[in-house]
Formats: sequence, structure tokens, C-alpha cells
Amino acid sequence: MSVANKYETVVGLEVHVELHTNSKIFCGCSTAFGAPPNTHTCPVCLGHPGVLPVLNRQAVEYAMKAAMALNCTIADVSKFDRKNYFYPDSPKAYQISQYDQPIGENGWIDIEVNGETKRIGITRLHLEEDAGKLTHVDGGYASLVDFNRVGTPLVEIVSEPDIRTPEEAKAYLEKLKAIMLYCEVSDVKMEEGSLRCDANISLRPWGQEKFGTRAELKNMNSFRSVQRGLEYEQFRQAEILDSGGEVVQETRRYDDAVGKSFSMRGKEEAHDYRYFPDPDLVRLHISEEWKQSVRASIPELPDARKARYTADYGLPAYDAEVITSSKKLADFFEDSLNYTKDAKAVSNWIMGDLLGYLNSNGLELSDVKITGQGLGEMIGLLESGTISGKIAKTVFKSMLESGKRPQQIVEEQGLVQISDEGALLAVVDSIIEKNPQPVEDFKSGNDKAIGFLVGQIMKETKGKANPALVNKLLVDRLKS
Amino acid sequence: MSITLKDVEHVANLARLELTDAEKAQFTDQLNAILKYAEKLNELDTENVEPTSHVLPITNVMRDDVRKESLPIEKVLLNAPDEEDGQIKVPAVLE
Repeated sequence: MSVANKYETVVGLEVHVELHTNSKIFCGCSTAFGAPPNTHTCPVCLGHPGVLPVLNRQAVEYAMKAAMALNCTIADVSKFDRKNYFYPDSPKAYQISQYDQPIGENGWIDIEVNGETKRIGITRLHLEEDAGKLTHVDGGYASLVDFNRVGTPLVEIVSEPDIRTPEEAKAYLEKLKAIMLYCEVSDVKMEEGSLRCDANISLRPWGQEKFGTRAELKNMNSFRSVQRGLEYEQFRQAEILDSGGEVVQETRRYDDAVGKSFSMRGKEEAHDYRYFPDPDLVRLHISEEWKQSVRASIPELPDARKARYTADYGLPAYDAEVITSSKKLADFFEDSLNYTKDAKAVSNWIMGDLLGYLNSNGLELSDVKITGQGLGEMIGLLESGTISGKIAKTVFKSMLESGKRPQQIVEEQGLVQISDEGALLAVVDSIIEKNPQPVEDFKSGNDKAIGFLVGQIMKETKGKANPALVNKLLVDRLKS
Repeated sequence: MSITLKDVEHVANLARLELTDAEKAQFTDQLNAILKYAEKLNELDTENVEPTSHVLPITNVMRDDVRKESLPIEKVLLNAPDEEDGQIKVPAVLE
């Protein structure tokens, strides 16, 4: 695209991730998704006068864990502040957030784009409460308010303006999601709003140090939509700059259905949130011991696993990247290795048949019944020659749907490979007898004719004949 | 530091308050008087006092992550100006 030739794109992302605690951040109401409207509310989260918020320890620990996994420095002293604004989704007319003493600061993550690793800085990670949900009715003249989500703990993760392309933005989000899932602090379901992303984007001529004027892009509700929104926005800004215009600093709403962004009028007035320390919440002192105990709960993260898979198992970097991008998939991979030593075979089945099946059916690993043990054992059956590669495909599909062990599937469906010479010879002879023409063709030098004969034998044995043995027996017979 | 008429208008706007000119003048005076009174604190020697965001000498007040019963929906909606399908109905804020 011509944009990339003329201008350098600069992107910073603000990502909100819902922490999956049982109860809300400042009260005991449930955080479960999908309850009837306003049934998970109480005087505290409804902002009634005279109530006192009490901080959920688990939310703090999840935030610490997430911040540590993003290589942030954890604050020794942290506090909560009130961010004041009027909007119907906020019953108190302020949001409890963190202003100048966030839980974590100065972190980074590594992303990989086109085979190159790039480090993206994390400015800060802070803890705050979520707002309610508005549904517009009466032709847009009224809104219905559901306060169930108010008070769900969130972390806001702010990146440095280190991202240079929409593709890098997507890779950053994918890495962030993987890390949150590994840490088990959030279920990160974008469709349920448990990960939300706003983007600041500006363009500058190549070589210019000063950032251009940025626009803030909102309302992107999938990783692909973030990428498309940024692609559109860099195109829009390049057009303005090309025609000698100036980009207006503003908030824009991206409409994925139309593929365009629109200025959000009415938000142009500079925000004045008048942050001040929340007098209802006392300060948080985070001791070394507390940090240590949270740090100890962080599992091996995607980058470390990826490095281990390439070093210990010799997986290609790309395969290792794909497998470790999901903790469930990586756990599945490792589970398989308890039953077979052939890591490359496991990886190939995952990259090919498993992901192919999941992607083409829009499924997650948890939607299918196959286990790591099943895959490992199936590879064992292949190695021992009990089943052929062709049968393995059938067994694999059956495992996806039934979750049965491969041995059981093979027995139930009579799929054991025929490697008995005597039995195969009988089939070979009968096929030779039934197909005089191809036999003749082969004998007069047409090597291709043997393919047809092998095919007939496989058909006769329902694909169970040992292919190597069939070839050998057939050639022996024809040449004798 | 003193409060100007413009400050009062700004704060009133943020608080969604509509003030008459007389009120604006009155609040400008009153707010200045309050700030002036608070300035007395500047007379204290705070050289060796750590800044704090909270006056109580306690930290780390937290609860376990345990669910408690929420309010029955009838009570939740008692304060709602209008309702529809268990939700609070309000005029739309147009963006």
C-alpha cells in the first residue's frame, strides 16, 4: 500500500481485560456473564449513599500476576482514585480506577511478525471497575441500563506507542490474550466483552521524530476488526495528509460492517476527570513476600514454552508458535508426549488434522473430544504398523467425535492393518486375475498401471492392507 | 491561588449545574473564602511528614473472593425513574 511508502504508522493500544474473579471488585455480587439484567447488583455497586467498597484480594492478585507476566515492575505502594464523569452506565458518577500509582509499570512483551521478533513496551497496568451496559431503545431516544457488569474487576493495559503496523497490533493482542490465558486471570472472550481494545493511531513522514496528531479508535470488537479498523484509519489519515490537511485529534468509532470510522461528536470537549484518591479505600502496601507468592503462581509462559519446543523437540519455530499460542493446545501437545516420543508426529497431527478440523468447523479444542492420550496412542499404533496412515486419518476423525481410545476404535471398526503375507497374497492374486489389461500394460513397461492395481487391492481390503507390503507382493508377482 | 468566575463556570458545567449570574458571583466568593481558610494549613511545617492519600494509619483492607446474595430485583428498581424488562430506563445520551 502506498501509505507505507510515505508515512510511518504509530499505534498504541489500550486493552481492558476482565478478571475472572467469583465476585465483583468491591462487593460480593456475582460476576457471572449472562444473568437477567440487574440481578447481580447491590447497594455498593449501585452506588447508594453510605455504602463502603471493600477490595477483593483475588482481583489484586490477578492484576499483580498479569502485570508480572507482562514484565512490569510491581508497585510497593498503590492506591485507588475516583475518575469523575456522568454517564448512565456509571451509577456513582465516578469510576474507581488508579491514576498515578498503578499496580504495574514499565513492562514489555515480545511479538512475532513475519518471522521477526519485536519488543512492545507496556506503559502501565492498572486495576479498575467495569461500567454497566446500555441498550438503546425507542428509536435511540431512551436507553435501558443493566448494572450487572458494574464492578467487575478490570485491568487496563496501556502499551507504549511502539506498534508500527495493523498486523503488529493484531500480533500484540494475540500475545496479550495468550499470556492472560496462561496466567488464568481471565477467560478473554472478546464476544462476551472480557477483552476490549481502543487504539491511538497517528502517521508521520518517514524519518520524522515527532509523532503526528493521533485519533483514538473505539468499538473494535474482534482482533480482525482491530486490524481492519487501523488499516482504514491509516488510509484515512494518509489521504488527509496527502491533500495538505491536518488530522483532528478526536475519538472515532469504527464500524466494522461498513469498514469505516466515524467521528464521535460531543466528545470533543476535553475530558476533565478530576481524579482524586478514593477516601473509601485505604492504600495498598505490596510487600516483597506478597509479590513472591504471586510470582510463584505464574506458570511457564508462551515464549518460554515455544523456546523449549524448538530446542527440546526440534519443532519448526512456526509450529511451536502456533501450538503455544493457546495454553490448552500446548497442554494437549505435552499430554500426547506422555504416550509417544515422536513430538514431530504429534505436532504434525495438531497443525494439520486437528487445527484444520477446528478451523473449518469454527470450533475450539474444548469442543472436541480427542485427548492428548488418544493422539499419542494413535501415533504408537502407526509406528507399530498396526494401522496405516490412511486408517489413522479415520481413527483421528473418530477420536475427535467420540473421544474413544484409538485401540478401541480400531477394534470396533475392524481397522487393523492387514500385514499378513498369506492373506494379502490371496487378494493380490485375485486382483491380478480380474484385471488382465492393466497387468499386461505393466508388463509392457507402463509403470503407472501398478497404481491402479494397488488401488483395487486397497479397495478390496477397505484400506486396511499394509501399503508397503502390497507394493512388494504385487511387484514380486508381476515380475515373476 | 484564587478562583475566577471562569473556574466556577467550568466546574458548574462539569457538575451539570445551571447557575444564574448572581449565583456564579456568589460561589466565586464562597469558594475563594473556603480556599483561603484551607490555606491556613500552609502555616504548618510539613518538612518531615510523608505525603499520604489517606488519613487513617491502616492499609490493605481486603475481603476474600466470596459471593454474597445480591439485592432482589424489585428493590434494585425502587429508585429507578422508569423501568422496562428489569432494566432502568433513562433518556439516551447521544454520541
